[in-house]
Amino acid sequence: MKGQPIDRFSSELAADTRTAVIASASSTTEKRSHILNSDYPDPNRLRKLAAQIKQHTLDHLDTYLEQAVSKMRENGVKVHFASDGDAARETVLSILKEKGARKIVKSKSMASEEIHLNEFLEKNGLECLESDLGEFIVQLDGDVPSHIVRPIIHKNRREIANTFEREGLGEYNDDPEVITRRARAFFRSRYMESDAGITGGNFISAESGRVALVTNEGNARFSMAPNRLHIALIGIEKVIPRDRDFSVFLNLLARSATAQQLTVYTQFISGPRVDSQPSGPDEMHVVLMDNGRSDTLGSNCSEILRCIRCGACQNVCPVYRQASGHAYRATYGGPVGAVLSPLLAGDAFPQYSDLPRASSLCGACREVCPVDIPIPDLLVKLRAKGKVEGIPTPGSPSMGGFARGATSPGLWRAGLRAANVMNSLPASWIPAPALRSWLDQRTLPTWKGGEFRRWMKERRKA
Amino acid sequence: MESRQHTQVLFMATCLCDAFFADVAKAAVEVLEHAGCEVLFPEDQTCCGQPAFNSGDFANGRKVARHTAKVFGGDLPIVVPSGSCGAMMTHGNSIQFEGETDCDMMATLGGRTWEICDFLSNQLNINWEGSLQETRVTMHHSCHSRGSQTGASALALLGGIQGLEVQEVGQADQCCGFGGTFSVAFPNISAGMGELKLSEVEKQQPDYLVSADMSCLMHLSGLAEKSGGALPVRHVVQILRDSIVS
Repeated sequence: MKGQPIDRFSSELAADTRTAVIASASSTTEKRSHILNSDYPDPNRLRKLAAQIKQHTLDHLDTYLEQAVSKMRENGVKVHFASDGDAARETVLSILKEKGARKIVKSKSMASEEIHLNEFLEKNGLECLESDLGEFIVQLDGDVPSHIVRPIIHKNRREIANTFEREGLGEYNDDPEVITRRARAFFRSRYMESDAGITGGNFISAESGRVALVTNEGNARFSMAPNRLHIALIGIEKVIPRDRDFSVFLNLLARSATAQQLTVYTQFISGPRVDSQPSGPDEMHVVLMDNGRSDTLGSNCSEILRCIRCGACQNVCPVYRQASGHAYRATYGGPVGAVLSPLLAGDAFPQYSDLPRASSLCGACREVCPVDIPIPDLLVKLRAKGKVEGIPTPGSPSMGGFARGATSPGLWRAGLRAANVMNSLPASWIPAPALRSWLDQRTLPTWKGGEFRRWMKERRKA
Repeated sequence: MESRQHTQVLFMATCLCDAFFADVAKAAVEVLEHAGCEVLFPEDQTCCGQPAFNSGDFANGRKVARHTAKVFGGDLPIVVPSGSCGAMMTHGNSIQFEGETDCDMMATLGGRTWEICDFLSNQLNINWEGSLQETRVTMHHSCHSRGSQTGASALALLGGIQGLEVQEVGQADQCCGFGGTFSVAFPNISAGMGELKLSEVEKQQPDYLVSADMSCLMHLSGLAEKSGGALPVRHVVQILRDSIVS
């Protein structure tokens, strides 16, 4: 098959999907910039501060994790560690089995996407319902999310209306409000019947052990309120030092993700229900998941663990806009995915080593990142990792010949002059695949090799 | 022009100007001379090495960068008509030389490298004064000058030209799609990005699309021409040179 997988995917993408992806991504990018600049005199200072806090936490992750765990235990939370996806899935399953939970409602969590938790629980005979509307539609269709924050941006409302009709959720109606009302009605009874709620977690304060959880639909609250058991699956990098740091990150997260000052629902969960609370789960479990994060922390790309999953880099990325999220073939799409997927893959790095190459290194992602991750630098470092490991890079010209020429000035000058012959040759005769790929879509200017050097010499003589 | 000082500079022509855009390199020299510089051209220069660096081939990238460091030895400022090559010299090398014994030497080299608009505005403190027949241009900021003074400097310099109307291209945060070898390894995505950028340029119908990087302009004009259109492009220094009132 010719070309890079992500480029092929882009060329086969339906035109109206691309149009929808571009429209959503560019409008969210504009609104993000507007709200940050109107709310803060210098939003860049806030980004840099957030980056420092996160980097500091990562640099001392062992200390902060220990502190967070001991606080959570003081608060009555049962804390579990999971080194990889298998361990995380088994841990969640065994908690559910022990409590005899069969019906589970789940709120949106990228960590659970990462380990394909739903499929696993369903295979084990449990019912696990996604309660975020977008994720619910993804689940009904047996699809996967294409965006960190907007999982179904690749679907239009007609497709969703068809899905609802097929699943017996009413006759065909593609009015978004009707679709939402029907989903809401469907969910209410399911919440009340559920035995357990599974959520993710956006931040954990090491100071208090509080877990911050944000949603726009209130579905995390509903996933927890009516039942006795709450399980939060959280990556180990989600710890922050103090409660006061919540404000920095929550302010940045909502503005960067959806151009909101704050998400509609922000929960701070301190543990299971206490006697003075009329409702809420009697048991709270936190599963802290590594799944490649420690190795990433030890790599030369550790900055990627600062990520707070806002999706701003994905929205601004011109490659994502052309290719859509599914082109990245993994849980995380866009620039953050191009860095994170190959790193989290561990030994399966070669499977994703093409992703870091799918970038013009334009740097737009770094400009919008709320934690100032130097994404383009990390992309180049991962390219270097692929090169050192000898992973083939179809379509990219080899650099050995270039380096020989560019370190031999005599050869370079002779080449500049000799290549003038290109101007009179038909393009198809040119023995360089890279050049032919260029010429398939573009013209090349007239070769003027050596002209400037001659002019400069004449000028010096005069 | 306020500042006319005698400054010696080493001129880095860039491989693209060496191969395709001789007039841009000439214009850069003329503009620097007009600003009072003595322009020295080290004959053994080739390329900054960015193609290898971007490919992740740091070993070959370092070879070329070391050659460049040798050719541009001494302590004179190095001036280059490209934000991209400038970023390679300052930022790219800092990544591919991490942990190498000559890392500090490369940092010093990067420290005296200037993109030409930045150099004119912020090192020579030039307030450019020029004049042109009524001309409308659209400015495209290249991605590798993000976070640098290049864009603001270019606009300030062009702002000193009578008869010139400057607009900035829409969706300025979006890349043109060039990206060096990216453009040949990911041809469909690259072309898609370029077409979006071209549609923004078309909205303004400028006489020229102007940038401080010929690589973006080569990609965009090449795309436009292939689809039967024409996109006249100029480097900022060509506009400056043409505006010199003798």
